[in-house]
Amino acid sequence: MLHLFVIFLSAILVNNFVLTRFLGICPFLGVSRRVETALGMGMAVIFVMTLASLVTNLIYNLVLVPLNLLFLHIITFILVIASLVQLVEIVLEKISPALYRALGIYLPLITTNCAILGLALLNVIKGHNAIQAIFFGLGAGIGFALALLIMAGIRERLELADVPVALQGAAITLITAGLLSLAFMGFSGLVKL
Amino acid sequence: MGLRKEFTKGFVTENPIFRLLLGMCPTLAVTTAAINGVAMGLATTVVLVGSNCTISLLRRFIPPRVRIPAFIVIIASFVTIIDMLMAGFFYELHKVLGLFIPLIVVNCIILGRAEAYASKNPLLRSLIDGLGMGLGFTISLIVLGSIREILGSGTVFGFALLGEGYPLFIVMLLPPGAFIVLGLLLGLMNRLRRV
Repeated sequence: MLHLFVIFLSAILVNNFVLTRFLGICPFLGVSRRVETALGMGMAVIFVMTLASLVTNLIYNLVLVPLNLLFLHIITFILVIASLVQLVEIVLEKISPALYRALGIYLPLITTNCAILGLALLNVIKGHNAIQAIFFGLGAGIGFALALLIMAGIRERLELADVPVALQGAAITLITAGLLSLAFMGFSGLVKL
Repeated sequence: MGLRKEFTKGFVTENPIFRLLLGMCPTLAVTTAAINGVAMGLATTVVLVGSNCTISLLRRFIPPRVRIPAFIVIIASFVTIIDMLMAGFFYELHKVLGLFIPLIVVNCIILGRAEAYASKNPLLRSLIDGLGMGLGFTISLIVLGSIREILGSGTVFGFALLGEGYPLFIVMLLPPGAFIVLGLLLGLMNRLRRV
């Protein structure tokens, strides 16, 4: 139980997917302009990451390992993730139209989010079992959403600030991300794995 | 557009990192040293050229409605090949780059070129486009990797550059350094373009 909590907490704070592992930088820079969109994207990512982590883990351990098809794991994972995102979209549209509208355009974007594929591959590298994979996926998703929300909050303030002309746009966003990442380094050493 | 221009557009005018801001994850993650930039850039170039050529040859046979999954499978196959080759022949580099070799699959540069270029152009042009874009990506990674290596460890490609007394700027090798160096470089380029 304690071990699961450590996996969960370290995925959120210590090894934050965006700020220390550099996974999912494109959506992090792309949809962090407003807090509401960041919240929508964050929710969609938490949902898909938890699900994808579990499903890819089961497929790896129950299909690829017994059949000795490990060399196919990259192709399998990317196809599973792409179909999973489609499936989530269809199911969500049927059972919860409100949530579907709220997540809307963010769902298809998740397929190309390298944090999801990275998560599936990290599960293999760390040798997680199914339960550990769920906690790892949930933690990673919450960590992503947290970084995205903080960034969106800062960028809303930044719009009112007097930024030097040359640094406007992507440059100042990256420098802000750097300072945020510096702050998150304070969490290293919080838990030992 | 002439073939020469097709080749050089990836270097400056359509540079994937500094102009189009594509492929940010590997860019930030692996550039702790110049040599990592070379390895990552060349691996991406091989995948890009391979997938561009294959997609260009198959462009009349892939039905438009399932083109994206088809592209992804082709790209993933090339990435698997590169992953295995690097694990076999460059084990040390493969260990350093680690996770980011399989993650070439979701590098937006590759899918972007497949969709925007290779699926509409003949073989030779697609090959040159892939080569130019890949080398542009590689050069940008080397620039970023060299700056971080000089500031963080005082060396470039492993050669000591700044002498014994240089106080090492360790943060440049850590995640914050990657964001800050790239941000400042983008700012510098904006400044230079305006003059």
